[in-house]
Amino acid sequence: MNMKLWGMPILLGLLSGIGLIAALLDDGLWAGLAWLALGFPTVFLAG
Amino acid sequence: MTVKTFKTWYLVHKWTSLICTAFLLMLCITGLPLIFHHEIEHLLGDTPEVAEMPAGTPIVPLDRLVAAAQQQRPGEQVMFMSWDDEEPELAWITTGPDMKANENLHFLAFDNRTGEVLKLISQNELSFMRIMFQLHVDLFAGLPGKLFLGFMGLLFVVAIVTGIAVYGPLMRKLDFGTVRKQRSARVKWLDLHNMLGIVTVVWALVVGGTGVINTWADLIIKYWQFDQLASMTAPYVGQPMPATLGSLEAAMATARKAAPDMDPAFVAFPGGNFSSPHHYAFFMRGDAPLTARLLKPVLVDAQTAALTDTRDMPWYVTALLVSQPLHFGDYGGMPLKVIWALFDIVTIVVLGSGLYLWLKRRRNPIEQRIRELEQDAGAPLGLAARSSL
Repeated sequence: MNMKLWGMPILLGLLSGIGLIAALLDDGLWAGLAWLALGFPTVFLAG
Repeated sequence: MTVKTFKTWYLVHKWTSLICTAFLLMLCITGLPLIFHHEIEHLLGDTPEVAEMPAGTPIVPLDRLVAAAQQQRPGEQVMFMSWDDEEPELAWITTGPDMKANENLHFLAFDNRTGEVLKLISQNELSFMRIMFQLHVDLFAGLPGKLFLGFMGLLFVVAIVTGIAVYGPLMRKLDFGTVRKQRSARVKWLDLHNMLGIVTVVWALVVGGTGVINTWADLIIKYWQFDQLASMTAPYVGQPMPATLGSLEAAMATARKAAPDMDPAFVAFPGGNFSSPHHYAFFMRGDAPLTARLLKPVLVDAQTAALTDTRDMPWYVTALLVSQPLHFGDYGGMPLKVIWALFDIVTIVVLGSGLYLWLKRRRNPIEQRIRELEQDAGAPLGLAARSSL
C-alpha cells in the first residue's frame, strides 16, 4: 500500500472511527476522547 | 487498477452522486438546525420552561397526570407518556383521536413535580423546526418519502465508496491535502473536493449509512410488533377488553422491579400499536450514552399490575436504536454537536463542489477525460493497460 497516498486518510479515518464510538461508551473521559479524535480532522481542515 | 476498472468506478461515482446530490444538499441543510434542535426550540420558546425547585422535590403520582391529560383533551385517548432524560422534570403525554392514530395528535408537557401543564403542542402546528424535521425525515410524504430518501442515502453511500476508489489514482502524485490554487478554478475545486471528501469520509459513511437505516424505522418497528410483541401478548389473545384500567403508578413499580437500574423512556397505553389491549408497555433504558438508547420492553397487565413479559430487543431493533445517536450526533454534549455541524458544512461543500465540477465538465469522451486528469495530476494516474486507451 502506498502510505504516502493513504497514510493520512487512514489515520484520519481511524481517529474519526474512534471518536464516533468513544462517546457512545460513556460520558466524561470517553466523551473527551471523542471530541479530540473527531476534532482532529476538523482542525486539519481549518489548517 | 486497469483503465476499464477506473472508468467503471468513475462513472458509478459520477452518476450516483449526480442523482442524489440535490436531495443530499437538502438533507445536509435541514440537518444543520436539527443538530441543535434542543437549543433552537428553547430560543424560539417552543419548549416548556421548568421552574427551579429544590433537589429531591417529590413528583406527583402518574395517575394524576393521566387524569389531568384526559381533562385537558376530552374525547381523546391517552396514547403515551414519555420522559426526556435531559429534562427529567418534564413528563410528556400524547393524546389522539383513537389509540392507533398517527395524525391529529397532541403533546402535553407536565411539570411532574407540580402536575401543572406547561405546554400543549398540536402535531398540526408547523413551526420552523417541525418543517426542517419533516423535510429531513420524509419530505412531508410519509413512508414513501422516507423510503425515497433512504434510496438517495444508499446512492450517497455508493458515491462515497466509489469516491474512495477513484481518489487513489487521482491523487497518487500529489502530497496529501494539496490544493493547486495557481491552476484553473476547476482544478482547484477538484483538489478541494478530493481533500474534503477523504478527510470526512468515515463520518459521512457512518452518518449516511445510519440515515438509511433510520428510513427503515417504521418497517423495522412493524416487524418487531409482528415478530416479538405478538408473541409476548399471545396469552391474552381472545380475552375481552378490560372495562377499566388499573393504576399506572402500580404498573410502573412492577416495570422498575423487572428492569432494575433502568428508567422508563416511555409507556405505551393499552390498545395502541406498541402495546396490547391488556397491557401497559414500558420501554426502559439505561443511563450511559449507549444504554440510554437501547430500550427494553416490559409488559405489565393493565388491570392487575402483574408482570407479563420482558425481553431484550432483537438485533434488528438494536441496530436501529444504535444507529440513531450515530446519525443525530446528540450523544456527546455540545462539543460533539459543533463537530457534527462542521462535518455537515464540509459535506455541503463536497456536494456543491462535485456539482460544480460536473457543470464545468468538458464534453469529451472518458478516455480523453482520463488524459486530462493525468495532466491535472501532473503525472499518469497509474492505471494498468494504458495502451488500451
